[in-house]
Amino acid sequence: MNAAILKVKGITKVFPGVKALDNVSFDIRPGEVHALVGENGAGKSTLMKVLAGLHKPDGGEIIYQGEPIQVAGPLDARQKGILLIHQELSLSPELSVAENIYLGAWPTNRFGVLKKRELRRDASRALEALGCGFGPDVRVGTLSVAMQQMVEIARAEAFSANVVIFDEPTASLTDNEKDQLFQTIRGLKARGVGIVYISHKMDEIFDITDRITVLRDGQVQGTVETQDTGLNQVTRMMIGRTLDAYFVKAKEMFGAKVLSVDGLSKNGQFSDVSFSVREGEVLGLYGLVGAGRSELVEAIFGVRRADAGTIFWKGAPIELPTPRQAIDMGMALVPESRKEQGLVLMMGGRENTSLPHLKQFSEMAVMSRSKELATYEKYQSALAIKTTGPDQAMSQLSGGNQQKFVLAKWLCAEPKLIILDEPTRGIDVGSKSAIHELIAELAEKGLAVIVISSEMPEVLGVSHRVLTMSEGAVVAEFKGDDMTEENLIDAVSHHRGSDAA
Amino acid sequence: MQQSINTVLRRHGLILGFLVFLAAVALSADAFLTPGNILDVLRQVSITGMMALGVTFVVLTGRLDLSVGSLLTLLTVIVVDQHNIAGPFPAIIMTLGAGILIGAFNGILVGFVGLNALIVTLAMLSFLQGLVLFYSGGSNVNVQDAQNTWFAVFGRGDFLGLPVPVILFLLGAIIAGLVLQYTTFGRRVYAVGGNETASVFSGVDARWTVFWTYVLSGLTTGFAAIIMGSRVMGAQNTIGQGYELTVLAGVILGGTSLLGGSGSIWRTVIGISMLGFIQNGLLLLGFAYYVQWLVTWAVIIIAVWIDLGAKRGRVFA
Repeated sequence: MNAAILKVKGITKVFPGVKALDNVSFDIRPGEVHALVGENGAGKSTLMKVLAGLHKPDGGEIIYQGEPIQVAGPLDARQKGILLIHQELSLSPELSVAENIYLGAWPTNRFGVLKKRELRRDASRALEALGCGFGPDVRVGTLSVAMQQMVEIARAEAFSANVVIFDEPTASLTDNEKDQLFQTIRGLKARGVGIVYISHKMDEIFDITDRITVLRDGQVQGTVETQDTGLNQVTRMMIGRTLDAYFVKAKEMFGAKVLSVDGLSKNGQFSDVSFSVREGEVLGLYGLVGAGRSELVEAIFGVRRADAGTIFWKGAPIELPTPRQAIDMGMALVPESRKEQGLVLMMGGRENTSLPHLKQFSEMAVMSRSKELATYEKYQSALAIKTTGPDQAMSQLSGGNQQKFVLAKWLCAEPKLIILDEPTRGIDVGSKSAIHELIAELAEKGLAVIVISSEMPEVLGVSHRVLTMSEGAVVAEFKGDDMTEENLIDAVSHHRGSDAA
Repeated sequence: MQQSINTVLRRHGLILGFLVFLAAVALSADAFLTPGNILDVLRQVSITGMMALGVTFVVLTGRLDLSVGSLLTLLTVIVVDQHNIAGPFPAIIMTLGAGILIGAFNGILVGFVGLNALIVTLAMLSFLQGLVLFYSGGSNVNVQDAQNTWFAVFGRGDFLGLPVPVILFLLGAIIAGLVLQYTTFGRRVYAVGGNETASVFSGVDARWTVFWTYVLSGLTTGFAAIIMGSRVMGAQNTIGQGYELTVLAGVILGGTSLLGGSGSIWRTVIGISMLGFIQNGLLLLGFAYYVQWLVTWAVIIIAVWIDLGAKRGRVFA
């Protein structure tokens, strides 16, 4: 085929204590979509940051259009024609679409005054080329996530990018929006742009990519043609073993009701929600992003205040708790965002694990280091968490290992109810199935479990019963044989349809 | 190699620069490294240092307390005035009580109402300066019978060859350090500063944690006022002016991050002492006393810069 447009040769990047990239080589051809896959901590993000100029490599070279180059920073990369589209978008919500497209590279006259007309004209051109349904003057903050992503992609047009790197682009998109994104990607591809596609979602990778490069522990395990390979082979390359039993469901041994809510409402977030969950039961909560699932469980846990409704704990009505009271009763919440809500990133595993239960880990308000260490060691080995020590900062761990510490900090107090909000989002296949197994194990030990997930196979795979939520309301409940993908989709979309009418 | 030199400079650059400065001053001013001068500096440092102990807790939660300058003035005026009216012991109790009260007031506004710490404490700085003048009517107060009161021990006394204020400061530092490192409260302070949202999700009441750090800040400023009043045996209406920035400079010079979550008491002890020696050294080199304001500026800018650099390094790492 064509000669490579971008070649990475023997890139090495060392962080204190870790070799994040070890002699990594791969290449991107014009007009191909090249997947980069690997478990969390395999080095994908580091590699992309090297290409975008956010990291300086410790060895190796980047050859772009036949010439070795140095990338000074994201803007430099963009001007050279290499564009990184982050998982978390890098836009200024208060600025217009046009200003965002050219962020940092605005056309100015010699007095430094912005050339607005030129900016608008060029931005319009880029937006039209992509077929965006909005103009250059819209404030970015008012756009949906999918539209904001289009603004980032418009940069590819605006800067005539030759290489576009997508980092988990579908993480917060609906199916429809995903289809549109794929169309856009195919359009870029047809124009000869080389595309790097990073994702955890295998179906997407097999859908849209031409070649797959697998990274493991900072090393390239191999590059394969997508059409000549299968899920099993790629997974084996990623984790060194095949996964056959993906989901394990806990045996049905239900006990007494642990938690019931009756008519719980919060203005604008969820309304009139009622359900209950029993010992040993795994209750799934399915719904699209924005359906009010996280808001609901945060209100149960006391991080938010519900406006109305009653919570029953072990059959008795209780006052809406504070998080402290909820924890002391035996509730645990593994929140949606482990970095913002789950962990203190500059602390290590020891301190994060004891944080919700300082009383149990202290005597007369003096912390007991030995108790903390004992618990840390117990869960570090039970959950097979990779660290260099009890005080290694969370920020240095991979997503999967971080998530295991979030679990550890709740499990160590032996809760009666554990609520898991998107417990496997953005973590690697190996940690994912470990968490699925753990959910079954906990339920069999008699815990009540609530699992929130946007991934339908996951919710169906681990739960005994599934509630679907849409626009803040519980719209349906499924058990046993009724728990199918079609029914769930139906319940969620039907409700939306009837609301629109 | 280049990299490792950079790391060394980043981590220990301030200390290295400080040692070079010390050597330079020592070579050109014979008086600098005499025991008498060193004890003098430490005596000076014990006042700002005592205040900095409480402020360190506040800064660790990611907040600021700029009100401590005027608070020092107010509390010094109170302790001296009440000494004359009610006697030394009631004066001390009243001073500490007033410090706690003002701290609690800041703590409510920042911790519970959720107002911006910079604005709240800056406004308090202004308010307290006004309050001082209301209280004193604009005149300076002096301790009567200064020769015979046991109150003199806090600022002027010696014990085992060490000045009492220095002993008090070190004692305070040890207690504050132990509280911060080993108690549940200390852990909450670090957690709230490190990630407030995650702390709340872990059942830590960030509002109360922040509240108590301001109370501590008021309390340690109370102790500082007692030392100050005893040392000067009087109080002018501007006696604590500018102390809020000196204290803050000392805290961040030690390496406690303004972003919260990282730092310690021993860092503050080092930072505030370094600042004391720098200011004393400049005086001995013949600079006018007001050069200390310029030094405070430079120290704040450099320390914050280094802190930011370290954070960036971590983000990109």
